[in-house]
Amino acid sequence: MTKSSFSNIQSEYLALIDHNKCVRCKRCIQNCGWGTYSFGGDKILADHSKCVACGRCYTYCPEGAISIVKNPTVLRENANWKEGLIKNIWRQSETGGIVISGMGTTFKYKKYFDHILLDACQVTNPSIDPLREPMELRTYLGKKPSRLDVGLDENGESVLKSKMPPQIELQTPFIFGAMSYGSISLNAQKAMALAARALGIVMNTGEGGLHDDLVPFGKNIIVQVASGRFGVHRDYLNSGVAVEIKIGQGAKPGIGGHLPGEKIGADISRTRMIPVGTDAISPAPHHDIYSIEDLRQLIYAVKEATDYEKPVSVKVAAVHNIAAIVSGIVRAGADIVYIDGYTGGTGAAPNIIKDHVGIPIELALAQVDERLRDEGIRNEASIIAAGSIRSSADAVKAIALGADAVAIGTAALVVMGCHVCGKCNTGNCSWGITTQRPELVRRLDPEVYGERLYNLISAWSHEIQEVLGAMGVNSIESLRGSRERLRGVELTDAELKALGIKHAGL
Amino acid sequence: MLSIKNKFSAERDISGCGLCGIINAKKIKTNGRDIKKSISVEHDRGNGLGGGFAVYGNYPDYAELYAFHIMYDNLSAKADVEDYIRNNFIIEKEEPIPTFRTSKIYDHPYLHRYFIKPKSDRPDKLFHELGDDDFVVNSVMLINQNYDGAYVFSSGKNMGAFKGVGYPEDIADFYKLEEIEGYMWTAHNRFPTNTPGWWGGAHPFTLLDWSIVHNGEISSYGINKRYLEMYKYNLALKTDTEVITYILDLLIRKHKLPVSLALTVLASPFYQKIDKMDGEKRELFTALRQIYGSALLNGPFAIVFGHSNGMVAMNDRIKLRPLVAAAMGDFTYVASEEAAIRAVCPSPDIVWSPKAGEPVIVEFEEKNIHQKGGLLGL
Repeated sequence: MTKSSFSNIQSEYLALIDHNKCVRCKRCIQNCGWGTYSFGGDKILADHSKCVACGRCYTYCPEGAISIVKNPTVLRENANWKEGLIKNIWRQSETGGIVISGMGTTFKYKKYFDHILLDACQVTNPSIDPLREPMELRTYLGKKPSRLDVGLDENGESVLKSKMPPQIELQTPFIFGAMSYGSISLNAQKAMALAARALGIVMNTGEGGLHDDLVPFGKNIIVQVASGRFGVHRDYLNSGVAVEIKIGQGAKPGIGGHLPGEKIGADISRTRMIPVGTDAISPAPHHDIYSIEDLRQLIYAVKEATDYEKPVSVKVAAVHNIAAIVSGIVRAGADIVYIDGYTGGTGAAPNIIKDHVGIPIELALAQVDERLRDEGIRNEASIIAAGSIRSSADAVKAIALGADAVAIGTAALVVMGCHVCGKCNTGNCSWGITTQRPELVRRLDPEVYGERLYNLISAWSHEIQEVLGAMGVNSIESLRGSRERLRGVELTDAELKALGIKHAGL
Repeated sequence: MLSIKNKFSAERDISGCGLCGIINAKKIKTNGRDIKKSISVEHDRGNGLGGGFAVYGNYPDYAELYAFHIMYDNLSAKADVEDYIRNNFIIEKEEPIPTFRTSKIYDHPYLHRYFIKPKSDRPDKLFHELGDDDFVVNSVMLINQNYDGAYVFSSGKNMGAFKGVGYPEDIADFYKLEEIEGYMWTAHNRFPTNTPGWWGGAHPFTLLDWSIVHNGEISSYGINKRYLEMYKYNLALKTDTEVITYILDLLIRKHKLPVSLALTVLASPFYQKIDKMDGEKRELFTALRQIYGSALLNGPFAIVFGHSNGMVAMNDRIKLRPLVAAAMGDFTYVASEEAAIRAVCPSPDIVWSPKAGEPVIVEFEEKNIHQKGGLLGL
């Protein structure tokens, strides 16, 4: 069979240049990671088929001469045979492959956070002014004993009789979600490390190991152990404040990470401890975890390796039976459970998985929190909620549904310029985020974007303080799990029941 | 409104209020006249939809028995509950609680009291071995939850709650408190905001020897409730006061925390203060917040909490409700308003306004010694 020379798939976007404004500075050619632009001797030319609408070119065009528009050429509208479906059939018939993309699903599922409203005080209890009164956001992640073990010292003063299990101290209930060196650039990781240190929170290495440059940030880093075990050794396990065992990820429950060999340069090879140019394909399961009791063994192997000084987190994707799964994980000895909803992001995942597998974090979280309380073990582990936390409002609602803290991934990348184009898997990110091409990575200044990440989390923290004050409480633990302060709108009885909240007005 | 359970709202019950407490550290008894006079000064802090009193030392003849005060909507509820009590308890004495018709309280439930002790061979023992106190707590919750038209509003030893719908001074006349003597009294005047008054919802709220009168609205109610439910408390009343009582029960009786530490959980110091503490103390207070964060009572409150060894009065961590204390000889007085104290003790030795979250703790000089192992002759 000979390869067809043309494709049915038309350009999604058009990169239009106003040649009257253009001064031919060629910055667009330099900035575009996709090779859209070239110089035609007297003017800039654009190959529309390469444009992904990542926004880099017009952001950096000094003359404002570029506009990116959706290709107005239409496919005949059909609500059943949607454009994306038709194009995927063409793509797959041309390549015979699985359709892969980056970021979270683009499907329009119901976003439960947008159907939840918050409470505030009026008359019978006073609101508290966060500008004038202390408003506490400090959060500790880790196993909490069910009761305080206290005795008396020689002066008759109360003292702790047994030491608390290890905790991660967060000054605000946010962490940066796991994004590996490989899936994102070292500069992107450095930006998060700088911000995490300044904020008193933590970032997560993902499954790509820990680059030497990040070792000094250990107090603000959670190191991850995933099914590929890339970069895992004893010093690595002991270099952060906690160790996370990654079982699954919201964007791709049930499958492992993929990092193509083209991205594995010398530096990544060293950090991941694999040969240059080999594909880093993590197995779908951990091949030493085929059951919950196996997970327990790995949890305790990690605890042994870290002398019981670090909390062990287990990250899972939100799937149908998540409440029972998390209960098992907690009973297996996890100190933290990180639950990732189906809208969570990824560096690369098959669309079939990303768009169709898993459940919303709001429902998963509510069910998990309820289940752990029913079983009387909610104190045994902290819960981190993730899967597209898009604003401080999402964070507040997640915490009121039962999370101890939330993780942000995509939002942090958006800070660095990401326009959510969903092409992370290609390694051409014009913003220097999800690429290893040195000329692209270089443009991402860790200090500049570290400061912007700091700004974002500070701003969101202030917003949470405003909400707490309006609710009349001055500490985040009075919001955590307090579903009484939430009401649903436009939700069915079944949805309200799953969320454990009342409808507005009741 | 004659109802002893909260049927008005699926939501919880909240209210504003006035409160008073009088304690004699030497256990010298006084009758109910002073506490009535004191709370009546705070008349305007209530709206006639709930008043009540707790008194300690009023049943010296039955000091080793649990004194159950139960309200009944109807006689069939009474028969059902009495079946349960007979099956599980030895009843030493039972009688209607003496009440006196007044022009103000004209409609009330059946009010009955029982002096009882759990049987040593109660059917329940087949399944697990509960201590007497735990069994009493379970029984109170069981009756309040499962027996329609019945509500246990007092279950301690040598103490009792007397409460109802009405202004507290009228409730005092209804129960003729001037004929009752005790060494510690607390009183409450209620201003419920989102439900009509109901007999069971009046304060004090009690469990075993503990009684709480409370002015406030706990903004953290939602999580406090879910936290307690994890420890199998059944929050039937949906009131803040119930939450406070159960949290104290959990912390002091079950988790064996010293009273002062348990109070620190309710109104915990801010981290900015904890961080400045030294070594072991900082560790202790940090652990306290880590473990009991969900039990922090956030929002405005002033409470007076009575127990068999004394009384505690305290405010929330930023003092959003009034509380004044005074001392005169062996007597300590607490109230929402200083005028309520001066009405019965015109020139106390000292009057002060307790700081936010700092409890006033008064303990009896001679502590109660709990007899273990049951009653002679039973």
